[in-house]
Amino acid sequence: MTVAVNTEETGKKIEEAIPGSVVSSDKGSLTVDSKALAQVSEFLKNSPGLEFDYLTVLTAVDYLNYFEVIYRLVSLRNNQSLILKTCAYGRENPTVPSVTGTWRAAYYQEREVFDLLGIKFEGHPDLRRLLLWEGFNGHPLRRDYL
Amino acid sequence: MPIKTEQFYLNVGPQHPSTHGVFRLRLSLDGEVVTDVEPIIGYLHRGIEKLAESRTYTQIIPLTDRLDYLASMTDNVAYCLAVEKLAGIKVPERAEYIRVIFSELMRISSHMMAVGFYMNDCGAFFTPVLYMWREREKIIDLFDMVCGQRLLYNYMRVGGVSQDIPDEFLPAIKKFVAEMPRYIGEYNQLIKQNEIFLARSKGVGILPKETAVNIGASGPVLRASGVKWDIRKMDPYSIYDRFDFEVPTGDVGDCYDRYWVRIQEMTQSLRIIEQAISQMPAKGPVCADVPQFFRPPPGETYGYIEAPKGNLGFYIVSDGSIAPYRQHIYPPTLINITALKDMMIGWKVADLIIIFGSMDVVLGEIDR
Repeated sequence: MTVAVNTEETGKKIEEAIPGSVVSSDKGSLTVDSKALAQVSEFLKNSPGLEFDYLTVLTAVDYLNYFEVIYRLVSLRNNQSLILKTCAYGRENPTVPSVTGTWRAAYYQEREVFDLLGIKFEGHPDLRRLLLWEGFNGHPLRRDYL
Repeated sequence: MPIKTEQFYLNVGPQHPSTHGVFRLRLSLDGEVVTDVEPIIGYLHRGIEKLAESRTYTQIIPLTDRLDYLASMTDNVAYCLAVEKLAGIKVPERAEYIRVIFSELMRISSHMMAVGFYMNDCGAFFTPVLYMWREREKIIDLFDMVCGQRLLYNYMRVGGVSQDIPDEFLPAIKKFVAEMPRYIGEYNQLIKQNEIFLARSKGVGILPKETAVNIGASGPVLRASGVKWDIRKMDPYSIYDRFDFEVPTGDVGDCYDRYWVRIQEMTQSLRIIEQAISQMPAKGPVCADVPQFFRPPPGETYGYIEAPKGNLGFYIVSDGSIAPYRQHIYPPTLINITALKDMMIGWKVADLIIIFGSMDVVLGEIDR
């Protein structure tokens, strides 16, 4: 069985290593500050006992006041999973750092989220629209797009 | 006098028989050697994720058929599994067995298409595909028997399946399972030792283990690279923990391994079907009592299965209404093609078609 790790314990570990990064760690998911995302992702990938080397889902949800970016991480060695979240604010220019440097699995998925929800991923090597064509107006998966 | 050379750009697709749909590759070439690859996708984008936001949970099931249209049944299963997880619905025992039987039949059918068209890409024009279609036709007849559809089934329901299997189904599937090993032997006889095939696929398009994990590859592509990761074993969903089967893996992760893993998986699927037929309860309900318009409690969930092409998942966010607030489809083949660059650079154009064929890509799923 792929066991979901205890998010509160993991949150404490991350908070010790990178102070001020964890926003909340209850309800089965771990929310981190987007400013610390790059550091947290490196920590989750490389620290012993966690070793989340396999990124599966990367997606985002539009809650109108803010965007929630969701990462589902799996550790193939320990057979554990973790849902990591971060928030992006603003309708014009929501930005979160890219994790392509840590997990290349994010490459197309970040481009897709940029295309359909308009979230910018800072540090992505080639951030362009993926499914829609260049010059398309708007981002269809936003809740206010009709 | 030195010959003046310059970089050459070649466009492959979107209308090209070896791109398995409407896939486009923009290649940079140095002579005949590939120096850069840029996949361009989106020609089949239908906005299924957006459409799902304005449909009820039951109405979304036919949309999921249109994702991986060569393995519609497993798309149905993945979606229903995610909704059941979200709404806390328990599936009756008999329906679980029916789902397993159909998922495994679908896997055999999908792998047949993959191997057949892969041979097509290798230059064996259409004869191998017809060999595969001979048996695939029998599987499709079985599907036709239960739901009246040959390709887009819409058979699964949230809480079970739409109708019970007919009386003539069990004898027919028993006959199929008994016959199938002989045909797999026939495929091996024709393909496995074929010198041209071996020369063109062994050592071509190697995907190392570390890269495969880092790009998030799944399914036969990941296992061919030597990672023993099958969700049916590692995180058993439905009733997969009741069956005895093995997870075949490759050694080096070249095109040959990807082909061979698929052939072995077909044998393992037959084993699962055999066990499922003998364990299945003879009578019982096939669908839980689920109202037509049901409202899952607010929350979010991720349901995923081992589809023929890899880890297929649905991330569903509910706000307590009859339609999902957000429904994200995690497509295994889109993630697998992240590795194309690593696998193709340095090979010739003719090898590139083979590497792409060995990935078993379906554009309905990539573009959604």
